[in-house]
Amino acid sequence: MLTAVVSTIVVFTVIGWTIARSPHWPDVKALFFSGEVFRDTFPEIAEKFLRNIQYFMIAEVFILAWALLLAVMRSLPGPVFFPLRLMSIAYTDLFRGIPTVLVVYLLAFGVPSLDLPGIPKGAAFWGVVGLILSYSAYVAEVYRAGIESVHPSQVAAARSLGLSRWQSLRFVVIPQAVRRVIPPLLNDFVGLQKDTALIAFVVAVPEAFKMAQIEKETLFNFTPLLAAALLFLVITIPMTRLVDWLVSRERRRRQAGGAL
Amino acid sequence: MSGDSAALRIEGVHKSFGKLEVLKGIDLSVSEHEVICLIGASGSGKSTLLRCVDLLEPIDKGRIVIHGEEVTSHGVDVNRVRRHIGIVFQSFNLFPHMAVLRNITLGPTEALKLSKGEAEARALELLERFGLAEKKDDYPDRLSGGQQQRVAIIRSLAMQPDILLLDEVTSALDPELVSGVLDLIRELARGGMTMVIATHEMGFARDIANRVCFLDEGVILEEGPPEQIFSSPLQPRTQQFLQSIIEAGRM
Repeated sequence: MLTAVVSTIVVFTVIGWTIARSPHWPDVKALFFSGEVFRDTFPEIAEKFLRNIQYFMIAEVFILAWALLLAVMRSLPGPVFFPLRLMSIAYTDLFRGIPTVLVVYLLAFGVPSLDLPGIPKGAAFWGVVGLILSYSAYVAEVYRAGIESVHPSQVAAARSLGLSRWQSLRFVVIPQAVRRVIPPLLNDFVGLQKDTALIAFVVAVPEAFKMAQIEKETLFNFTPLLAAALLFLVITIPMTRLVDWLVSRERRRRQAGGAL
Repeated sequence: MSGDSAALRIEGVHKSFGKLEVLKGIDLSVSEHEVICLIGASGSGKSTLLRCVDLLEPIDKGRIVIHGEEVTSHGVDVNRVRRHIGIVFQSFNLFPHMAVLRNITLGPTEALKLSKGEAEARALELLERFGLAEKKDDYPDRLSGGQQQRVAIIRSLAMQPDILLLDEVTSALDPELVSGVLDLIRELARGGMTMVIATHEMGFARDIANRVCFLDEGVILEEGPPEQIFSSPLQPRTQQFLQSIIEAGRM
């Protein structure tokens, strides 16, 4: 433990000292790590970051529901449900195959320009819809892995009690599936939280990234972008740690479970 | 119903998995309150037969008739049929995400549409009767294998089935936990429960069965009262099987 602390301090001191001594460091510092610019711009970027959080929360609710529906559609057995399975497969192939930024662009610029009556025209609205459509494809695959990991004997037990196929899914399969995939689900949450920045490309009303870009243009300084990056890290690092903790807890529990 | 006194009639049932024919024409009639034990080597078709009776596996040929109703014909509501048949599996198959009480009340509340109160009263009465009342709030993985299997049996009983199918219910248990489960089944037999039991416990089969059926390669090769099957089996294959059981010290 002590060795680790000492060696860590030594290594980082040497790195830090080397960087600070390099002839170009003052330029780098002024352009990227200006304390003054940071103080001036951070509050406003932080305020806009609330929008990112809002986009994230709204999108997440819809993603969780829509993706579950897709996964259930895909897991339905028998020839009758073939069209539903096909639709679900086509959907996930399509939206996992297209860059999220492209989906966001296409919807946020494309749909409002159609000028359809009764359809919202907000770019942010359609940007969020783009995130929902794109991420649902990933999350559906996560759910599907969970559903497939529930042993068929669980379904046999449920059906043998006279439960219908749908009841077995609802009471026995889905609850177990969702518990098992919470860590990978959270991983996708981290990705989504970051990708709310994509909405910067399509909106007039700025969120954190867009705000930082505006500040950068006016001040000719990159520090605002780093301020935005910092805000994302404040959210995503704790989420990543939570995932790690959940994964290791799950592993411990399974090992302790033995027969299970 | 329709003057048919048999609780269960199996007529010429065939079942294949791909190219492998597991059941090659099974005929068996079970009367009300009768206890039938199915014995035979692993792979002889005992489990498959029980799963076919509970309609968990579709059959290829033949009929299964329960209380006069042919349940293997087209258009039969399998969920309704299964509500009257209980099946208990070798590996318990309790629902790991539900406490014991919920495991037992799930079927009655969702399939039988009992109220939560009624279902819980029924479950608690059964847990009490079989000495598991204090486990009602535990999750299955906190219980011993023997306790889990007793809960699984109670889960089936809570549906108040006409017939109970037991599929090698003690095979996955440590030896010291077997007797608790067998005692419970003996008590059910005394209470008049109609049962079809696939088992490797020959001593138990001899005690409890009204009739023993020896399955061999997908057919019932020999059947009769336990005294006859265990003391003077007619078929050489039956003699062989029982001999191997005796040599393994399982009798």
